[in-house]
Amino acid sequence: MTPEFKGFLLLSVVKMLVVFGVVLVSVALLTLLERKLSAWIQNRIGPNRAGPGGLLQPAADGLKNMLKEEVMPAKANPVLFTMAPAMAFIPAMLLSGVIPFAAPWAINFDFTVPLLGRFVHQGLMPMIVADLPVGFLFVLAISSVGVYGIVIAGWSSNNKYSMLGGLRASAQMVSYELAMGLSLIPVLLLSGNVSFTTIIAEQQTGMWYVLPLFLSFFVFLVSGFAETNRLPFDMPEAESELVAGYHAEYSAMKFSMFFIAEYAGMITIAAMTVTLFFGGWDIPFTAWDNTGGSFVIVAATGLAFVSKTFFFLVLFMWVRWTLPRFRYDQVMALGWKFMIELATVYIVVMALAIHVVERVLGLTNPWMIGASYTALNVVLAYLVFVVLDRGLIISGSVPRRPAAGVVEEG
Amino acid sequence: MAITVKVMKRPTNEISYVRAALKGMRLTFKHMLQPSVTMQYPEEKSQDDWTISQRWRGTHRMLTDEEGRSKCVACGLCPQICPANCIKLVPGEDENGNRYPLIYEIDEFRCVFCGYCQEVCPEEAIHVGVHYENAEYERARFVYDLERLQAQTHPVSTLWDPSDPRGE
Repeated sequence: MTPEFKGFLLLSVVKMLVVFGVVLVSVALLTLLERKLSAWIQNRIGPNRAGPGGLLQPAADGLKNMLKEEVMPAKANPVLFTMAPAMAFIPAMLLSGVIPFAAPWAINFDFTVPLLGRFVHQGLMPMIVADLPVGFLFVLAISSVGVYGIVIAGWSSNNKYSMLGGLRASAQMVSYELAMGLSLIPVLLLSGNVSFTTIIAEQQTGMWYVLPLFLSFFVFLVSGFAETNRLPFDMPEAESELVAGYHAEYSAMKFSMFFIAEYAGMITIAAMTVTLFFGGWDIPFTAWDNTGGSFVIVAATGLAFVSKTFFFLVLFMWVRWTLPRFRYDQVMALGWKFMIELATVYIVVMALAIHVVERVLGLTNPWMIGASYTALNVVLAYLVFVVLDRGLIISGSVPRRPAAGVVEEG
Repeated sequence: MAITVKVMKRPTNEISYVRAALKGMRLTFKHMLQPSVTMQYPEEKSQDDWTISQRWRGTHRMLTDEEGRSKCVACGLCPQICPANCIKLVPGEDENGNRYPLIYEIDEFRCVFCGYCQEVCPEEAIHVGVHYENAEYERARFVYDLERLQAQTHPVSTLWDPSDPRGE
């Protein structure tokens, strides 16, 4: 091994540990935040007994889950029942590795450790565990693997409610995976690359993609809610219908794993939304941070990334405690009859717009290009949210054509 | 005749899911900023805006006369009327011929808190109390003896509303 490779390896291991630790700690704090936020929305106080302001509540919960008895149903499939929490947990954790969380850090060292040899690193270190050239394709691929954990958990529990939860999860996640994938194609059209680093670099020079690609952002966010099984799309859990859905039979740490997976998934979707549509770690209207370098820049951009992600996490929780759960057929109808169509039409419209603006009109100023796409999106958003949104998106509980013997009155 | 179901036509042209969702979000956001209404019970016991009814029937209390003796004359009416059979009474008689309870025990686990004992008592001795904090570490502690019943200080139930004595 060359000293340079060893230096790279050392930094990668450190980054891995830091990201893994940060994600796990944030998951713990998010569970507390969720409970606090729900309490505030309901004019309550929330957990405040363990530690100052309830800060030690996650630690207490964790301890409890470690010490609790684990129950396995007698007729469950023991191998799959044990494997399923890990299968839900691992993909959720994996995804945190491919999202850049700060500007590159210029870090130089050259030292020798006895037995291990010389470690050398020169120049900028990208603040991302694995700067994959396939970028968000990797995220789409791995996040769909997460559905296996849920389906297998539902099936191996040998419980009809769990089974239904698992089935719903597979149907829902597969459906919204499509809309999510399609909603990212306009991003690809605009940035010309799938790598997160390139997408952020493109957004730094021009506008954040949320404005020129607003409908993409909308579809992505809604699909994100569905992918993470958060309300209003928590069909797989649906405690009022399915007890607790796929994890009804799980207890102690195995249950905790599903919980951590859900929150890690939330973090990933929030971080992806930020990276793809809100400039990632970019601090808006400034250029000094764009190339990275000193520790101050890294810290400032990291803070920008964390605060943007935090905003979306709060939005996730806020929506959860506001909107009621969809009916199952409405979820499917929204996914297949609206989201996918919207994303597909949007691809065509944006492709045409990009062709017209950049080839025919030949605009080169990124702000002008962004502004023209934004104007187009305002029109499209008006069409979708005001004209189309007249009870046409989701069908009501009554079939359009009354069944025989049904008298329609109005 | 065919069974018909009356189906109201949905107002599809007036409703908007996006606007409804945003309206809901605005409402919950407003609630986030409002002060909480939680009363942190063991530390905080509000006397003003949350009181229990004067008709509340809680754990018992035996009233005493001026000399500190129980008012009970061991007539035996309360164990007789008690539907849960939770009162144990052994009557005694002193040298003046006055009856008094040798043993007077109430098993608060058996008690159904109907308040009949208070209603039937001719001496207004036994009462159900306006009281609700009864936790103990042992089951045996829930059998209240005479000494303990006399030591209670909480207010006693009125059993009926003084302003509406006939329960109308």
